[in-house]
Amino acid sequence: MDWNTMLSYNWGAMMPEFIILGTTMALSILDLFWPVHFNRRKLAWLALTGIILAGLSLISLLSFETVSILSDTFRLDSFAKAFKLLLLVGAGLIILLAEGYEPKEGLREHRGEFYYLFLTALLGAMIMSSSGDLITLFVGLELLSLSSYILVGIRKRDRASNEASMKYVINGGISTAITLFGMSYLYGVTGSVNLGDMSRTMAGMTDGQLQYIIGLAFFMVFVGLSFKIAAAPFHMWAPDVYEGAPTPVASFLSVISKMAGFVILLRIFLSLFLTAPGDVFGALDFLEKNDGYIATMAGLTIIIGNVIALRQQNVKRLFAYSSIAHAGYLLVAVATLGGGYFLIDTVWYYLLAYVLMNIGAFAVIQLLSSQSGTEDIGMLAGLGRKSPLLALAFTIYILSLAGIPGTTGFIGKLNIFLGTFITEPGHFVLAGIMIAGTIVSYVYYFGLLVQVFFRPIHFEGAIKIRPGVSAVLIICAIGTVIFGIAPNIAFDFIHEQFGDFTDFISSK
Amino acid sequence: MNVYLLSLLVFSPLLGILMISLMPKKEERTIKQFGFFGTLPPLILSFFLCSQYYSGVALSAFSIKVDWIRFGNLEMYDPKLFAVNYELGLDGLSLSFILLTTIVSSLAAMASIYIKQGWKGYYLLFLILEIGMLGVFTAENLILFFIFFEMTLVPAFFLIGRWGFLEREKASYYFLIYNGIGSAVLLVAILILFARTGTTNIAALTQMMTMGGVSLFAPISSSMKYGLCLAFLIAFAIKLPVFPFHSWMVRVHAEAHPSIVMVHAGVLLKIGAYGIIRFAMGIFPEQYESLALALVLMGVISFLYGAWLAMVQTDFKLVLAYSSISHMGIVMMGLGALNEAGLQGAVFQVISHGLIAALLFFLVGALYERTGSTMLPNLGGLARSMPVFSGFLLACGLASLGLPGMSGFISEFMVFLGLFKGQPLLAAIAVIGLIFTAIYILRAVMLMTFGKNDSLEEKEKRDIEGWELVPALVLLGLIIAIGVYPNLLGGPIQSTIEAVMLALGGR
Repeated sequence: MDWNTMLSYNWGAMMPEFIILGTTMALSILDLFWPVHFNRRKLAWLALTGIILAGLSLISLLSFETVSILSDTFRLDSFAKAFKLLLLVGAGLIILLAEGYEPKEGLREHRGEFYYLFLTALLGAMIMSSSGDLITLFVGLELLSLSSYILVGIRKRDRASNEASMKYVINGGISTAITLFGMSYLYGVTGSVNLGDMSRTMAGMTDGQLQYIIGLAFFMVFVGLSFKIAAAPFHMWAPDVYEGAPTPVASFLSVISKMAGFVILLRIFLSLFLTAPGDVFGALDFLEKNDGYIATMAGLTIIIGNVIALRQQNVKRLFAYSSIAHAGYLLVAVATLGGGYFLIDTVWYYLLAYVLMNIGAFAVIQLLSSQSGTEDIGMLAGLGRKSPLLALAFTIYILSLAGIPGTTGFIGKLNIFLGTFITEPGHFVLAGIMIAGTIVSYVYYFGLLVQVFFRPIHFEGAIKIRPGVSAVLIICAIGTVIFGIAPNIAFDFIHEQFGDFTDFISSK
Repeated sequence: MNVYLLSLLVFSPLLGILMISLMPKKEERTIKQFGFFGTLPPLILSFFLCSQYYSGVALSAFSIKVDWIRFGNLEMYDPKLFAVNYELGLDGLSLSFILLTTIVSSLAAMASIYIKQGWKGYYLLFLILEIGMLGVFTAENLILFFIFFEMTLVPAFFLIGRWGFLEREKASYYFLIYNGIGSAVLLVAILILFARTGTTNIAALTQMMTMGGVSLFAPISSSMKYGLCLAFLIAFAIKLPVFPFHSWMVRVHAEAHPSIVMVHAGVLLKIGAYGIIRFAMGIFPEQYESLALALVLMGVISFLYGAWLAMVQTDFKLVLAYSSISHMGIVMMGLGALNEAGLQGAVFQVISHGLIAALLFFLVGALYERTGSTMLPNLGGLARSMPVFSGFLLACGLASLGLPGMSGFISEFMVFLGLFKGQPLLAAIAVIGLIFTAIYILRAVMLMTFGKNDSLEEKEKRDIEGWELVPALVLLGLIIAIGVYPNLLGGPIQSTIEAVMLALGGR
């Protein structure tokens, strides 16, 4: 590849990534050379500026046609734009959370590292959502994973944090290896790593032997990615890691990392397995034929997540299981392929809801656990009397997580259900499991609200809220309500900007 | 102006919510006043609507329809596909339920003066609850109905769990889980209809399900129609509740604060009956017809079972709770009778029981305020110390057991009239329940007014007086008015009932 081809690429399409990369480098250099006594907390604002600028440049790119550069390894298509937007929103909120994070033993010496590692993880997630090639997908995944391993263990002197980091490295390593192994089969079968080429090659594979290998690759990739999205039975790491990780990192794992997992899942499944034939006659596509496996996993994830969450006393563990359950709901949409009409926009909307409600809830957890010195459910006790506004915001997030009408969570679930019922025959069992899971989740979600409103005050002293955190609380609460009452703001936006996401794979 | 009237009605409690949320927590008197005043705008608006109706304005003139949500990206096929509009509407049936809601809510807000702590939160939740109830009865599509339906669930959970008696939290969990399961079943049914037809408008769905001839996204087979009808029936049978779904309601009646139970027994349970008439009967008349026998059976069982258990209770609240189950059994019997008399009787019973239950629980609240107990053995001899109270109690008890001249008689009479026409054998069995009813009500009232008093300390008891007479007189007045002049209620609901009967085959 000579210099002229390099120059001929439309590098503007990568602007958001370049901005994040530049901010990361600026942060690491500043952190290195600034005197030790200088408070690194201010760096958060620089990181936030980077994220906002990246967001703005992404918005200016929205009107662009699909751009594909670097021989189709990097694609800026509707899918990439839509999910990068969500990733940036989530990341901006979490940076604000991290700015206000103040653990007992202090984070002073590593605070700078925290911010730039966070940005590299974000960069990995963004690359993943934009890649049209298995190699870039995998590089993005690794960038995200490696950064988050360190982030989990960033409270160096804390035993739980170290343990969590160790567990995460080992589990993550295994999952990455499995994914890569699956990908290698795909490469072997198709002779290419470009998703578009692979898709076209696989579309003609009606040979039973090859289909067997494709099936093997499918399971490998699916299992590997299930670790990432914490779907049962590969969810075991999540509660321990969430518990040990600093709260902003836990919210990062449950929101950004999970979102990235779904992005890569959709990329691979929709571009490869949706076109591959499912039997020797080519009557069904691979994904339709094998949706039972995804459906089983989705059902299992919903049941395990919700039922085990009932017994949790630690709030972070509880939210770990709750986020497992939500991964299950999202997998329902993937398993049913949204009935053909409700897939990418459904997942997108649900993730939007999930970003808002989950980060909001984690903001409250972070505030209370740092001031009460415990992460027990009891820390929420009496919040309604102590700080009615904070309690109101928390109630909004929880109601949304529980899927009560009037919140985004409800509309998100509605979309998923529509996808399960619209086909003939409908996925009634899966829908039944999902709704039963929702009812079970009422018990623990409302259990939190019982603490907030019915129990006497747990700890004295006013709750101090830093401006960044209060901005997160307000944005999340308002967003949850607005998108719940007038969801068409989001629906119209996504349908007008991205249509049906038809530019999903390159059509060379 | 007319088209905004219904939205104004439904959301008018927001005014009260705004006023209360601006008040400091400690201002008990002002908050209580604002709480009561907050229920007045919907009351006045509902009276205005009622007067419009009587002056001959067609109720359809108040309908409103605004674009709201469009799911999926299917606009190129048909812009109406998967569109959910914000649409409110009114007919005679919903008008009578709305009047019941606004009247009972205002009176319950008055009775809430007995609330001892946390007034601010209480009244905020109370007014949100009222918005939900008003919305349920005006919603013109299933999604909107469901949203308002759930909107009653959350405030009710907190109201029961925070301001009730000793085991209130347990009761509120029972309430949440049972109603949650009911809503889940309802939601599944709604969404199957929505996913396969692309609309949730009740009128459009009724058209599609009864007439057919519209191409659907995926077919709704006839067995699926049975399933959907059954789902609606189960969801609303839990809400109503009838045997065997009743256990949550007994707990709520026993443990929640009496002013909440006024609303709960007076209005919330009635959503169940409203839903059955509107959805199960309205959208799936054919399937409903073949399931009707099961409904009658459930109704008869609840009627007898509730009455039987009410005879042996020692807590007056529990007597009333089981009596509610028994009376909801009557509603179910009327709904299952499949003829005009039965259906009319069922609606009459719903409204009449709403008023009677509200009055009875108002009296319970007043009584508990004075004696600190609702156990029958502790309450003997009230006729001496509280003659006016005892008078109201007796009058209300008589209304409840169906004394001619009161609303309870009209409804029970019509239900049995209808049932004897349709299912004479079951009707004959059910009649025994009328005797049970007389026994348990008279037993409880006698024990309280004239019975021996076991409690050692003789507390100073004031009779009900002053403002307390207002709710008692208003409710009793309405009960007698409907009893003496049934057309007061029969008129408005007539057109809806005729429409439903027509779909059922007009027997």
